[in-house]
Amino acid sequence: MAAPAPPQLAPRAAEAGFPPELAVRCRGVTKVYTEAVTPVHALRGVDLDVRRGEMLMLVGPSGCGKTTLISVMAGILDPTEGECTVFGQDLSALGNRARTAFRGHAIGFVFQAYNLLPSLSAVENAAVPLLIARLPRREALARAAAALGRVGLGERLNSRPGQLSGGQQQRVAIARALVHDPQLIVCDEPTSALDHETGRTVMEILADVASDDGRALVVVTHDARVFEFADRIARMDDGRIVQVVTSPAELHP
Amino acid sequence: MNLVAWKMLVGDRAKYIGIVMGLTFASLLITQQAAVFTGLMTRSFNAINDAGQPDIWVMDPQVQYIDDVKPLQDTELMRVRSVPGVDWAVPLYKGLLKARLASGAFQTCNVVGLDDASLIGGPAVMVQGELADLRRAEGIIVDEVGAHGKLSGPPLVPGGPRVPVEVGDTLEINDHRARVVGICQVSRTFQSQPVIYTTFSRATTFAPRERKLLSFVLAEVKPGEQPAEVAQRIEAVTELKALTADEFKELTVRYYLKYTGIPINFGMAVVLGFIVGVAIAGQTFFNFTLDNLRHFGALKAMGAPDGMLLRMILLQASVVGAIGYGLGVGAASLMGWLTRHSELAFRLPWQLLVISAGAVAFICLASAVVSMRKVIQLEPAVVFKG
Repeated sequence: MAAPAPPQLAPRAAEAGFPPELAVRCRGVTKVYTEAVTPVHALRGVDLDVRRGEMLMLVGPSGCGKTTLISVMAGILDPTEGECTVFGQDLSALGNRARTAFRGHAIGFVFQAYNLLPSLSAVENAAVPLLIARLPRREALARAAAALGRVGLGERLNSRPGQLSGGQQQRVAIARALVHDPQLIVCDEPTSALDHETGRTVMEILADVASDDGRALVVVTHDARVFEFADRIARMDDGRIVQVVTSPAELHP
Repeated sequence: MNLVAWKMLVGDRAKYIGIVMGLTFASLLITQQAAVFTGLMTRSFNAINDAGQPDIWVMDPQVQYIDDVKPLQDTELMRVRSVPGVDWAVPLYKGLLKARLASGAFQTCNVVGLDDASLIGGPAVMVQGELADLRRAEGIIVDEVGAHGKLSGPPLVPGGPRVPVEVGDTLEINDHRARVVGICQVSRTFQSQPVIYTTFSRATTFAPRERKLLSFVLAEVKPGEQPAEVAQRIEAVTELKALTADEFKELTVRYYLKYTGIPINFGMAVVLGFIVGVAIAGQTFFNFTLDNLRHFGALKAMGAPDGMLLRMILLQASVVGAIGYGLGVGAASLMGWLTRHSELAFRLPWQLLVISAGAVAFICLASAVVSMRKVIQLEPAVVFKG
């Protein structure tokens, strides 16, 4: 089976008049959850850009809409209003199947709870996005092994998640997010389950990843100890971006 | 992603074994009970099979099954022989008579009286002696299982084996002396009585005095004639019931299905097996999917389309289905093999294997569909909920 074609994002971005230095552009993004008795306004007209090659951190109190925003950016949730464009592609304009395919090749995910399959080895877990893309198994495992080497787990290819520490599991998750070479990686609380030292190691790896090939990283975090790794920090409150800064010191209390 | 699906399945060993065991038990119960039911139904018409050669059975119109004997007048034999298309016709006596054993005990036996001249309708397999030995004075042939079982004598020493009936032994049938001249093999009958073959004329002397003693007329059609057509002619001429061997078997099975509780009892066991399968395997499989919902959500978020996830679930259901079915059918076959010399009626034709496979496939498919519904409805955003 042939390897999946790399995403042809730049030409389309240029055609759409999408600034080439941007990875994500959100304009007036509103999200209202209507499942509850009272509608919940999770996002209230968010305007935000994410640049290529930067690590943007979304911070703020619980329930302020951080996770909803990265879900919209990743094409997992539809905004109720507004537009979220990723590499020139308005995700709302895509059908479900096309959006799933777009996520499969353009976006990498790092979850708070790792979400590794416990019965798969580290290398098999890291290979999952490539297997989803129907890459031949042998090639997928070879690329996954290289990705694990990059995050310092080249010696633990055949370990199962249960045999790895929390930090190692998160590094496997990062390898999985990188393995298909996505241009946008969204991370949800990647250090919340880790001790300080391990959290710093994970953030160093993510910062290294962000500097590669103009890749953009959006990291949701509560962990003030890792703010220093961000190129920019967007503080959210009550569904709005209330402040965007380049240094943690500039953040309002 | 087949590898991922397979590893997800076997990775949760407890659930995997639970699902397989549930399906195994369902498959075993469905197959084994249905095989016993089929065995019993086959036994109900084995006497027709053992008669072998004749194309047509002629009987009283009120006869409902093979053991429901309503004797005919002797003259009916001649009338059947006179019907165009009949090559030959012979009498057959069939009745339950009491035999007094050497021990003094009485045993009800299924006595079959064969046409004196041709001995048509006799056993196909002789273990000792020959069928023609029936022509010897007081001659009877007993079936092997009966000879070693219900007709056998008491042990020579306390706790020893029972003494089987052998050639040369004598029995008393309805106060008439009978000498064993042969041992034969017959198919087991529904009532499992010992089968005793003798000639028609001798059988009528064994039987209690009755005005009519002709149980059936067995007829063969001439070459080129269709048995069904000749049977219709016999019915038209004699006003008796004339059935081909297959029709008579069908009539017998229908009687047992309609007038005994057998189908309900076995049907309930089969349905129970099916319900157990759905309850245990279906529920466990659904729980397995629920437990993995977060992983399915992660796969969905990472770009796995619904079709791919559905194929994974189908593969998982197919794997446990195939293993459970194989183990269940294997266990049922083993039970059948281990009890092949016992009284247990067990018959496992390929049609039963197909039906059992269909039932297990349905259980798996139903479980998979319920699980698939859950996965399709799953919002991938679930993976971001800590």
